[in-house]
Amino acid sequence: MALSKDEILAGLAELVNEETGIAAESVLLEKSFTDDLDIDSISMMTIVVNAEEKFDVKIPDDVVTSLKTVGDAVNFIVAAQA
Amino acid sequence: MAKKIVITGIGASTPLGGDVRSTWEALLAGESGTHALTHPWIEEYSLPVTFAAEAKVRPEEILARPEAKRLDPSSQFALISALEAWADAGSPDVEPERLGVDYATGIGGLWTLLDAWDTLREKGPRRVLPMTVPMLMPNAAAAAISMKFHARAFARTVASACASSVESIASAYEHLQIGAADVVIAGGTESAIHPITLAAFSSMQALSKRNDDPEHASRPYSIDRDGFVMGEGAATLILETEEHALARGAHIYAELAGTSVTADSYHITAPDPEGWGASRAMRQALEQAGATAEQVTHINAHATSTPVGDVAEYKAILAVFGDRTGSIPVSATKASTGHLLGGTGALEAIFTTLAIQDRLAPPTINLTEKDPETPLLVSSDAQPLGEGPQVALCNSFGFGGHNAVAVIRDYAA
Repeated sequence: MALSKDEILAGLAELVNEETGIAAESVLLEKSFTDDLDIDSISMMTIVVNAEEKFDVKIPDDVVTSLKTVGDAVNFIVAAQA
Repeated sequence: MAKKIVITGIGASTPLGGDVRSTWEALLAGESGTHALTHPWIEEYSLPVTFAAEAKVRPEEILARPEAKRLDPSSQFALISALEAWADAGSPDVEPERLGVDYATGIGGLWTLLDAWDTLREKGPRRVLPMTVPMLMPNAAAAAISMKFHARAFARTVASACASSVESIASAYEHLQIGAADVVIAGGTESAIHPITLAAFSSMQALSKRNDDPEHASRPYSIDRDGFVMGEGAATLILETEEHALARGAHIYAELAGTSVTADSYHITAPDPEGWGASRAMRQALEQAGATAEQVTHINAHATSTPVGDVAEYKAILAVFGDRTGSIPVSATKASTGHLLGGTGALEAIFTTLAIQDRLAPPTINLTEKDPETPLLVSSDAQPLGEGPQVALCNSFGFGGHNAVAVIRDYAA
């Protein structure tokens, strides 16, 4: 069963928190991974690998670079689940 | 003119305690850090050895989670002991370009490598985490310490198996002598209590198999010793030039008076049976210290509790000290701590430093019947070192025929 957008946001926030220590509450849709959350590329890739496992989706490397904001990632995962 | 190099900070994460103080107290109390292992993998693989000396420190309670997640357990131990040593040294105010790191490991990020291998086999390449290589590389601990304390002079890694961390102290000594830094964070670490190492060291008949009595398994110089006990942990010393230490009013524990590193070129695992390489290292280290064998008051022996190794080291000591051999208090502290591989030499250098400070050679536990082939002055009780000037040796030898010796003595301005 596909997860809702809110559930995916919550799950992604949990992964970001685990990897970086950033409070899950501050992982909001409009936040940029690099500019707002200050997540480096190696942490970003760790989050991607863990997100693929958690949500059972594939996030190709060329897509990763286009996921600028948390919202971009949530939208991609929502679509990829369908 | 050689500079005087001094020890101004110490830190340790060991099977006896989470810091230097608790470790030293447990050592003097004659405790053993060795216990039966309860991990499910002991039964899963029917391992021939079911005990080890695990570090009494919980990195997840000390390091922030994101930081800990990026470090192999070996680097976590290293960083925790370095934080203690740095604070103990009074958090020296030193230019980043004048602060160096010489750190050691015997094996490196073993857990990270093997966990990643399991992930690859079970879940495929996409699940192998991006931090895998920077976590498993042997220089990871040196790099983590360099980043933590802004050490920019250099961050170098020594790997010479069980001689590694006295060798890293020797490197630090040399770096300070040539003026490459004013302060060096030196030490070594290991986290390799893993089914693969227990299986592999057992295969080579190197480990004690006293499964029914783990606390008494590590018994250097006992006639019935049957191998070493795997330990884990890290130890760190802050070394600096006397000039720098005095200028900042630092507390000085002792002087690192000389070091030496030699190679046996004999056999990949067995020590030279006559201990020539080891005795040469002891003589050279004393020479560098400007000290004589007659002045030596204490030896912290490598003494891993293997049948062959303890005898070879005895012969090496005999070659250097002759008639005095039986009258110098010797401590074989691996009886209590187990063998920390790449962390062991730095830990024993700390024990040597504290022995000088407290005028007390720590006990060698589990000595039931002394081996007549190693007639050294060892005791299951702490031995007083007397009130006179102290000159002590710390020996570390490793697979590959590596011999490393440090001379530590009272600091006198």
